Amino acid sequence: MMSATIPLIDKELVGQHGARPGAMGFLTDTTLCIGCKACEVACKQWNQLPMDNFGFTGNSYDNTGDLAAATWRHVAFVEQIGDGSGQRAATMAPFQSNWLMMSDVCKHCVNAGCLEACPTGAIIRTEFDTVVIQQDICNGCGYCLPACPYGVPALSSTDHKAHKCTLCYDRMDSGLEPACAKACPTDSIQFGPVTALMEHAQTRVADLQSRGVANAYLYGDRAIGGTGGIDGNNAFFILTAEPEVYNLPAYPELPQDKVGRAFLTTFGAALALGVAAVVALRG
Amino acid sequence: MPGLGARLGRGAATTTQESLADSDCVVIMGANMAENHPVGFRFVMKAKERGAKLIHIDPRFSRTSAMVDVHVALRAGSDLILLGALVNYVINSDRWQSDPFFQEYVTHYTNAATLINPDFKDTEDLAGIFSGYDAKERKYDPEAWRYAGQQGKSSANQNHASQDASALTELVGQQEAIPHYDFTLQDPHCAFQIIKRHFARYTPEMVEQACGVPQALFLEVAEAILTNSGRDRTTAFAYAVAWTQHSIGTQIISCCALLQLLLGNIGRPGGGILALRGHATIQGSTDIPTLYNLLPGYLPMPNATQHHGSLAEYLEQERPQKGAWYTMPNYVVSLLKAYYGETATPDNGFAYDLLPKISADYSFQPMLLMMKDGDLRGLFCMGQNPAVGGQNAVLGRQGLANLDWLVVRDIHEIETAAFWYDSPEVRHGELRPQDIKTEIFLMPAALAAEKEGSYTNTERLVQWHDKAVEPSGDCRSEAWFMYHLGKRIKQLYQGDTSPLGRQIEAVTWDYPTVGATQDPDLDVVVKEINGYTVADGKPVKNGAALKDDGSTACGCWIYSGIMTADGQNRARNRKGDERASLGWGFSWPSNQRIMYNRASADPAGKPWSERKKWIWWDEEKGEWTGYDVPDFPEHKQPDYQPSPDAKGLDAIAGDAPFVNMADGRGWLFAASGLRDGPLPTHYEPVETPVSNLLYPGQTHSPTVKQFHRPDNRYHEIADPRFPYVITTYRLTEHYTAGGMSRWVPWLAELQPHGFIELSPELAAEHGIANGDWVTVWTLRGEADSLALVTERLQPLVIDGHTVHQIGMPWHFGFGGLAQGGIANNLSALVEDPDSLIHEAKAFTCNLRRGRIAGHAQGDRP
Repeated sequence: MMSATIPLIDKELVGQHGARPGAMGFLTDTTLCIGCKACEVACKQWNQLPMDNFGFTGNSYDNTGDLAAATWRHVAFVEQIGDGSGQRAATMAPFQSNWLMMSDVCKHCVNAGCLEACPTGAIIRTEFDTVVIQQDICNGCGYCLPACPYGVPALSSTDHKAHKCTLCYDRMDSGLEPACAKACPTDSIQFGPVTALMEHAQTRVADLQSRGVANAYLYGDRAIGGTGGIDGNNAFFILTAEPEVYNLPAYPELPQDKVGRAFLTTFGAALALGVAAVVALRG
Repeated sequence: MPGLGARLGRGAATTTQESLADSDCVVIMGANMAENHPVGFRFVMKAKERGAKLIHIDPRFSRTSAMVDVHVALRAGSDLILLGALVNYVINSDRWQSDPFFQEYVTHYTNAATLINPDFKDTEDLAGIFSGYDAKERKYDPEAWRYAGQQGKSSANQNHASQDASALTELVGQQEAIPHYDFTLQDPHCAFQIIKRHFARYTPEMVEQACGVPQALFLEVAEAILTNSGRDRTTAFAYAVAWTQHSIGTQIISCCALLQLLLGNIGRPGGGILALRGHATIQGSTDIPTLYNLLPGYLPMPNATQHHGSLAEYLEQERPQKGAWYTMPNYVVSLLKAYYGETATPDNGFAYDLLPKISADYSFQPMLLMMKDGDLRGLFCMGQNPAVGGQNAVLGRQGLANLDWLVVRDIHEIETAAFWYDSPEVRHGELRPQDIKTEIFLMPAALAAEKEGSYTNTERLVQWHDKAVEPSGDCRSEAWFMYHLGKRIKQLYQGDTSPLGRQIEAVTWDYPTVGATQDPDLDVVVKEINGYTVADGKPVKNGAALKDDGSTACGCWIYSGIMTADGQNRARNRKGDERASLGWGFSWPSNQRIMYNRASADPAGKPWSERKKWIWWDEEKGEWTGYDVPDFPEHKQPDYQPSPDAKGLDAIAGDAPFVNMADGRGWLFAASGLRDGPLPTHYEPVETPVSNLLYPGQTHSPTVKQFHRPDNRYHEIADPRFPYVITTYRLTEHYTAGGMSRWVPWLAELQPHGFIELSPELAAEHGIANGDWVTVWTLRGEADSLALVTERLQPLVIDGHTVHQIGMPWHFGFGGLAQGGIANNLSALVEDPDSLIHEAKAFTCNLRRGRIAGHAQGDRP
C-alpha cells in the first residue's frame, strides 16, 4: 500500500543505513504509541527544560505544536476518524489506527546538516555517533536552523542559543538509556545500537505487514527519510501513513548538496538571460 | 465494588494487569485504559503482539480506541443493554450449548442449577420491577429472591466484601441449608432458566435501537468473545468508573460478572474482570477504608439502627455460617485488640462499645448537603478537591462556605482552599469573601518522593516506595499529620470520662517516631496491619493465624501475610517473572494474583488445558499447586462433599471455587447482596434523552437515590430544554481534580485549558468552530470552555432520533496554570443504591456558542 503511495528512490536502499560502528539511536515505533506524552515530560524533567509555548491549539490533543528550543520530544496527533462522509471508523487495522500519534525527535543524522553548517564547532558528533550542540561554544548564529532538513534545532528566546535533543548524552555516558525511552510505557520508543534497532525495525515492519498493517514502513533509511546525502537517521521511525501526514519530509536533502545545483541553476539562468538579452538587442 | 462482590464473593479485580497479556480477547468498556492506565496498558499491547483481539466499547473514540481492532460507539448510559444482549447471544449460541466446557464450568462453578423460590417474579413478569418491591419506601425486600426452600431462614449475611453495614443488615437471610439443584438446567425455577427469560428481549435489534450500535458491529463483538472463551482460550474485561458512575453502575458491573461466569472466564489466566481503579491507591483506601460504612478488611461498620448493640449481637447478625467469612470473629476481635490494646478484654467484649456506630448515609454526596444545611461544621480535605471534583460543585462550594472550619492538606493551593476569594461565585459577585465565615487552614503536604509508604494498586497489589528526599519547609506526610494530630487530640481529652473522651483515650496511639520530621515508624504500622501475637509482638503468618480470644491483634486481616515472621515487609519485594510474579510486592488475599483460581482447573482438579494452566490438584502430594497461591483450602480433595451441618470452609465442596459464597458458587442469580435486584436490569440514567425501551413503564431504577431540592434539580425524561447527552472523563495529562497536575508546568502545558468535545455535526448546528468558546448548562449550573470539534464524537440514532453526545474532561477549575470551566458545576447529586456513587458518566445538558455572561469574550487563551 505504502509502496504505491510512496515511490521509493530505490527499493535496494530499503533498510540501508550508513551507521558508523558504535552508533546509538532511537527506534520510534508509532504502531505502539498511545500518545501519553510521558516522553515529553520525562525529557523536560531530565533536561530541566522550561514550559514553553503555553496555549490551547485546538489541534487534536497536540498542544505542543512542534519541536522547539525547550521541547525535544513532540507527540504529533493526527485524527483520521471519519471517511469524509460522516461515517466513523469501527473495525480497524491492528495496532494504531485512525488516530495517529507519533513522538518526533531529532534524527541524529549520519551526515548532519546542522553540524556541517555550524561555524563555531559547537555542534559535534559524539562517541555514540549522536549530534550534540555544546552550549558553552554556541554563539546563537542560527546557521544550523535552515541547515536541518527536518527543522529540529531552534533558538531559545531565553539564552539565544540553539538547542535540541542530545539523546541524553549525560545519561548514556553513565550507562543509562535516554529519559524518553525509559519513560515510554509501551516501548514505542526503543533505544539501542543503531544496527540492532535497524534490524529489529525491519523485522517489525515485515511482521506488521503480515498482520494486516499493509502500510507500515520504516522511515529513516537511505530509501526514505534518510535520503539526499544524509545517509540515514540514527533516530528512525515506523510509520503507517505518508511522511507528510506526520509533518516529516519524504525525501529530505542536505542543504549543502543543493549548493552545486543552486549554482548551476543560477549560472544557467544568468547565461540564458544573457543570451536572451543579446538576442533581444540584436532584434 | 458490590457488583463483583455479590456474584463472586470479593469486591475487587479478579485478575491482574499482567494477566491481560495472556488474554485472547480484551474488551475494554467503561474505561479509557490507554489514557488513564497507560502503564498497565502495556500488557494489553503485549496481548495484541501475541495475537489477541482488542475491543473498546465507549461513546467516544479515545486514545484507547486508537489501539484496538474494533471500536463500538454507544450511547452513554446504555451499557447494560449491550452487556445483557451479549448474555442473551452467548447462552443461545450453538457453540455455548454444544461445547461441554461451558456446561461443566457453569453447572459446577455457578448457581445456574440452583432452584430459586418459585414465587420469585422477574422484571419480565412485573413490567420492569422484581418481586419484593415496596413502592412507598422505594426499596426491595430480598426475602423474595431466596433460594427455594430457604425463605425466612434469618441468621447472617454472606457477602461482606460487597456490602456496607446497612445493606448487610437489610439483607439478612443467608442461604443456609443445602440448596436444591437441577443440573439439567431445565427446571423453570432454576437460576439459568430465569436468566434466559430475563435477557430474552436484550437482542441485537434492541442494541441497535437503544445503544445506537449497528447490529453487525454488535455481532462481531459477540462472536469475538464467544470464540475467544472456552477450554483453551480466555477473554478478559477491563472497566473503570465509566461503569461505576451510573445510577445502575453496580448492576452494569454485576452483568459483566454474570457474563464472564457464563463464559467460564473467571479464575483463569487471561480471563477475569479487571476493575481499573481511578487513583493510585484507591483500592487501598477501600481495603483500609476511608469509607464511612466499613471497617478495615471489609468488616461492616456497626450500625446504631441494627442489632449491633454488643459484640455478640453484631457477630450473631453479621457472621455467616458457611464459607470463608465464618472466621469473621477472629478478624473483628483482632481489630479491636489493635485499636484498643489492653482496654480490649474478653470481659468487656473487647471494648466493642467504644466503636462509633453509624445511623444513616454519610457518604460523600449527603455530606455535601449536610455542609450546605449546616449539619456538618468542620471538614478535613486530604488529597481531594471537592470544589472542582465534587458532583454539583456549585452546591458543594456553597457547602464549603457554610462550614465553621476547613482543613485542606495539599501540595498546591487548590480550589477547595481558594474558593473563598477566587470561585466563580465570588468573581460574579454572588458571594463576597467577607460574608464567608469558614476558617480555612491550608497545610502543606509532602510529595510522594518526600515520604515513604505504600500503594495498593488496581489489582490488589501492595507496593512500597521509599522516601527519596526530605520534604521542604513545613511540608509533611499524611502519616505525620494524622499521627501528631491524634496525639494532640488524645492530650486534649486526657481525663475526660464522657463517652467521647473514653473512646479517644482508649485508642492505642503509640508508634515510635523516626527521622528529623518525627514521622511515625511505618514498619511498626505495617506490622500492626499485618497482625501480631499480643504476647510476644511477633508478626502472624497469615489471616488463618488470627484468633478471637484476644491473643492476636490485627489492623486489616486481608493484609495478613504482608510481613514475614522476621519482620520483612513483602510490599518491598521486586522479583518479577513470566507467570504470577509472586515475588513482586504483596497481593491480598494471601499474595494471590488471580482470585478464585480453583476455577482454572476442571472439577476433577486438572487444568482445563495446557495453555491455560494456572492451579491444579497434585494427587500425589494431596494438595493444590501451580503458578499462583491457590485461592482454596490447600488440601481439600476435588471430590470433597460437605456434610449438611458443616461450617465455614468445611461447608465448601471440593469443586466450588468461590469460597466466600455460602455455597461456594459464582452467583448468576444474586439471592442477596444487591439492593436493586438479583439480576442486572437496564434502567435509563436519571437524565436521559429517551425513555426505557425495554421497560416502557419504568424508565429509572426503582431504587435509585435522588435528592430532590431546589439546589439539585433534575431534568425531565427527554427534556426538550436539555437535548444533549454529556459524559465526563479524564485525560492522560492531568490527574483527577487537577491538584497534582494543573499547577505543574510540564503537565499544564500539555493540556493547557479545559475543553468540550463535540462532533462536527453538532458544532455545525450551533455555528461553533474549533477553538470557539462554548457554554454548557444544566439546572445545577453552567460552565464555559473551549470547543474541540472532532469526529471522535459522533451523533447516534436512538429509537429513530438523532442523539448528540458531548464530552467534557472534569479536571479543570479556576486555579493553577491550566484552567477551564468546572464540569461538575453541571452534574447532579444522585446515588446508585448499592455503591452510593453518582452519575457523571451520563446526564443531559444544553449548549451554545460563547461565554457565560460576564466572562471576557474573545480569543481563546
